[in-house]
Amino acid sequence: MIEASALCKRFGNVDAVNDMSFAARDGEITGLLGPNGAGKSTCLRMMYGVLTPDSGSARIDGIDIRGETSAARAHLGVLPHAAGLYNNLTARENIDYFGSLQGIGRERLRRRTDELACALGMEGFINRRVKGFSQGQRIKVALARALVHDPGNLILDEPTNGLDVMAIRSLREMLHTLRAQGRCILFSSHVMQEVAALCDRVVIIGHGRVLADDTPQAIRDRSGAQTLEEAFLHVLGDTEGVN
Amino acid sequence: MRALFTVFAKEFLDNLRDRRTLLSALLFGPLFGPILFGAMVSRMLNQTVVESDEPLRLTISGRDHAPGLVRYLESQGAQLKFASLSESAAREAVRSGAAQVVVILPLEYGPRFTAALPAPVLLVADSADSQTRKSADRARLLLGAYGSGIAQLRLQIRGVSPLLAVPVAVNEIDVATPTGRAVVVLGFMTYFVLFAVLMGGLYLAIDSTAGERERVSFEALLSLPVARGSLVGGKILATCAYMCLSLAISLTAFVFVFRFVPLERLGMSANLGVVTALEFFAICLPFVPLGAALMTFVASFTRSYREAQTYLTTVLLVPTLPIAFASIYSLKTNSSLMFIPSLSQHLLMTSVLKDEPIAMVDIAASAGSSSLVALLLITLTARHWRRETMLG
Repeated sequence: MIEASALCKRFGNVDAVNDMSFAARDGEITGLLGPNGAGKSTCLRMMYGVLTPDSGSARIDGIDIRGETSAARAHLGVLPHAAGLYNNLTARENIDYFGSLQGIGRERLRRRTDELACALGMEGFINRRVKGFSQGQRIKVALARALVHDPGNLILDEPTNGLDVMAIRSLREMLHTLRAQGRCILFSSHVMQEVAALCDRVVIIGHGRVLADDTPQAIRDRSGAQTLEEAFLHVLGDTEGVN
Repeated sequence: MRALFTVFAKEFLDNLRDRRTLLSALLFGPLFGPILFGAMVSRMLNQTVVESDEPLRLTISGRDHAPGLVRYLESQGAQLKFASLSESAAREAVRSGAAQVVVILPLEYGPRFTAALPAPVLLVADSADSQTRKSADRARLLLGAYGSGIAQLRLQIRGVSPLLAVPVAVNEIDVATPTGRAVVVLGFMTYFVLFAVLMGGLYLAIDSTAGERERVSFEALLSLPVARGSLVGGKILATCAYMCLSLAISLTAFVFVFRFVPLERLGMSANLGVVTALEFFAICLPFVPLGAALMTFVASFTRSYREAQTYLTTVLLVPTLPIAFASIYSLKTNSSLMFIPSLSQHLLMTSVLKDEPIAMVDIAASAGSSSLVALLLITLTARHWRRETMLG
């Protein structure tokens, strides 16, 4: 369970995030949808604790990320906006590095990495150096790295950015598997089809505010639109000056 | 602490697999000094040999106008080549390198010499060429000596004591010992050693900070439940390890170079064997964390590999500043200077080379002050890493 309550963050004169509250529940995929510059990344960064909110708080499984950062992060896997890998290390070494920094012992780590390699279909390249990996292979390693400590919650910031169709498909399948395991998944995107295809729940944000928070169906119904895209534009209309 | 060693091990391995780091940290950095140094000393050796052994070669134009002078030059062992050149032809010959130094004896030399008036001699040489300049200096000395010999004879003939023309008698006493003279040359060496120390960690310091940013792995790393201090500590420790390796390689190469460079032939004796190398290593050790922390600190502010490279090349020059100041003001070793990092290491290494006794207090001051500055820089770096702006 990931919760944001009344998060605020200003950069200079700009309200990047303004009184944002929402929750992502276990066993669901929650999409944070908004145009570029809406405050998605800033919001997520506060939720995984690399930015400090000016006010408000974020909780992972009820643990405050600012108060008990390490404890909260132990329950949380993070795939940041740009999840670069270490090219000189093998896929396994990349995963092990993060696992070790998560405090996992050597023997458990070896088993866990094997498990992830199997679950994500990485057996073929787990011991190869990352340099020259395809996008699909990279996203698998990055995801395995975020899941190495078996967290109940996962935050992904624009995970599909720059990926080709094949990579996006396999990411989608992986997220479905993770949801089936009962994990709480929160991810951001500015791509409508993405969110429509994946999410159980959608949080639409614009200008740092939550504009809608419901199931895709309910959002469509309320705006009387046929597609989520139309609904999105309808919801944004008042604030963004589009439409 | 465990996290710190995990980061250390990863950075060490990561860079061990990086050709750029390896080449600069373990090859170019540490070997640049010894090789340049060996070449420099060999060149100096050759030049001294040239000066003392080789006869002075002169091209003489108009030998018939001054047979006395020509005989004198020959008696002094100068190898003369005779030609008939105009002034412009002589200039051309020197400029093109056909002749090193040309002496032109004009027609009026004879009559003026006989009349005891200053007789003109034209010396054509290229002072921009260090080799020719030396020959020209030697020619000038010979001509001067001939002139003063003639002057003394003239005075004597006129019944005046030639001693009147020598009001001051200068005697030079050079107190430089062979080791002392070597230290002038070896002064460069201490800088090369400090340079090797910094070069060893340069690329790792860049890779572990700006590199993380450039390959966008930073945010994932910073979102782990690990204290930022442990991340910084592990990275600096790995940088230190490479710097120590580089220092060891550089000192080994220096010991090797000194085996083959016969400094004694320059009238110098250098005290650089395995023991000295070990002492150098110990002296430089406290400078290692300082350099690593300084480079990591500076690189932490940069956004890309290229930017970090630009700033850190300047950092490489920092240790030269105190050394340069010390030599400009020709500061003698004294205890208060031992609190200045890099200068204190330079002075201690110089003392070891000169075989001077070293006070334990000085070693403690040098190591203590360097470690203190290192600690301060590590703290500053860790504090900077805790700031939100680190995300970029």
